Amino acid sequence: MSSAVMDMTSTAYRPAEHHAFETSGRDFLYLVPSGAIFGLDGLSKQIFSLLLKEQLPREELVSALVGRGYDRTEIEATLDDMESCDVIFSGAPKEAFPSLPEPDFPLQRIVLNTTNQCNLACGYCYEYSDDKIAQTKDKPKYMSEEVAQAAIDTLIRESAGRPLLHVTFFGGETLLNFNLMRFAVLYARKRAAEVSKDVDFSLTTNATLLTEEIVDFLAENRIGVTVSIDGDKELHDRMRTFHNGKGSYDIIAPKIKMLLARHKTNSIGARVTLSSGVRDVRRIYDHLTKELGFQGVGISPATANPDRLYHIGGQKMDDVFDQFSELAWEYRDYALRGGQHYFTNVSDTIKELHSGISKAYTCGAGLGLLGVSTSGGIAACHRFVDSPVAQMGNVLDEGVDHTARRQFLEDHHVGSRPDCHTCWVRPVCAGGCYHESFINHGQTAASNLNQCDRIRGWIDLCLRIYGQIAVENPAFLERFNEN
Amino acid sequence: MNSLHAINRKARRFEENRIAETADVEALQEKSKKKQGRVYYPLGCTLGFNPGWEVDVSGGTAGLCQPVERDLFDCYLGCAWPAQVPDHVSNNPDWTSKCSTAANDWRNVDVIYP
Repeated sequence: MSSAVMDMTSTAYRPAEHHAFETSGRDFLYLVPSGAIFGLDGLSKQIFSLLLKEQLPREELVSALVGRGYDRTEIEATLDDMESCDVIFSGAPKEAFPSLPEPDFPLQRIVLNTTNQCNLACGYCYEYSDDKIAQTKDKPKYMSEEVAQAAIDTLIRESAGRPLLHVTFFGGETLLNFNLMRFAVLYARKRAAEVSKDVDFSLTTNATLLTEEIVDFLAENRIGVTVSIDGDKELHDRMRTFHNGKGSYDIIAPKIKMLLARHKTNSIGARVTLSSGVRDVRRIYDHLTKELGFQGVGISPATANPDRLYHIGGQKMDDVFDQFSELAWEYRDYALRGGQHYFTNVSDTIKELHSGISKAYTCGAGLGLLGVSTSGGIAACHRFVDSPVAQMGNVLDEGVDHTARRQFLEDHHVGSRPDCHTCWVRPVCAGGCYHESFINHGQTAASNLNQCDRIRGWIDLCLRIYGQIAVENPAFLERFNEN
Repeated sequence: MNSLHAINRKARRFEENRIAETADVEALQEKSKKKQGRVYYPLGCTLGFNPGWEVDVSGGTAGLCQPVERDLFDCYLGCAWPAQVPDHVSNNPDWTSKCSTAANDWRNVDVIYP
């Protein structure tokens, strides 16, 4: 795009910033920064390929195409269509990034760290391991009802006109403080009803403490559940152990089956953390879906500084992505038949591509989402609670520190991440997780450059899968239409 | 858009905007599946908030922009907006059935008795 920058005033047509891809024998453009996906054929394809070779004023372009036998009126109309849809442009380029949000952007979700304690000692845990950034030494081990109340009041106060709010319970191990969670659910329902809003809930758990009573409570309150699990017994027990070193698989497997059998009112997903010794993606996926019965499996490498033993290094990470690709093509095959595949890495990405998201931020941290620690400290997200960075007030004092939040949003906007400015994948990536960045680079606003090629590869793959589904079985995509 | 195909939802929003830029105003009329051509914008109609129907640009009546035959059929056939002629859409679908050419057959357009 450097030529576009150098020639700001040119009235010649140029192709907009884009990523071209081909699937099912057809040509597509993924447009940046809008995130729109267009298919090209015939005249529009001719126009675009001409402009890829050289910038051309309208009249020259029209003449060239008339020379190829196209009708002048049709050429003019197609040029207008392409310009109107930001596929091509003349004059100064349009804004390359979404704008900064309004200063009082309404809150939608809080994540309550109900405790900073855990009954497991997983080797890669960012709250316990070598990469720990939370300073919990002088902090309460468990969140009190007073803090939970104040946090929920803060959510409602800061949510402006949003009709639906979310409360997520997190830990440590969330269920070590189940009583607080039960209290918070009832309190949030009562407060939300008072202001005519809806509220829903989710929790993340290691499943060791699940009982029938707890599961019934989760089902009655339609609470979505994410279970942290790394695969079959051999793989899972390598990292997910109790403090005495004993693996947790044998404890959780029957509890998970009980959970899946008793709780049908909301989604229950598995969240897999890969580490250097746990990388057999296919084996993990098959075990979780076929043996345990999960209908949603998300898989992600552990957040880890490259010095850590459990960090997955270059070639091994390439192998992981090859396995992701294999599962993604399998997802494609299921989708073309109208079937349901449970690899949520693909469905989550396709949902974003289908909507045409254009992110100003990697995620909702500090924007629509805030994390609250056991002591009431507010952070950009649950990963930063009680840490020295990304702090934004305390629910027990004056609530959200809007000055700090504003500064965070200015610092982390994709427009403030120069490394992302020429990258076509920024509408869906926007620079990557702030916590990963802090662990790897010592600062939250740095782009996660070590993963860029893989992220681009992954999005390109998902675009080709999306394009093929859109052409061959568009009805499948209707499930992604809800907002 | 003939050779540029909107694939995802964002692209469809671009497409809708593009159509809105170039399409005629359809006001409150029902879209006919049989009639593919778009309804044209009835000039001088009150929907346009422009002079031409009651008064001209100077506030008088000397420069009304449309001949009366045109106004008659614009309101009667083209628009469901309440106007000073019988409405074709719901109440009087046959009002001009004997008037194929206004200049010749205008006498066949009779008064409506409610």
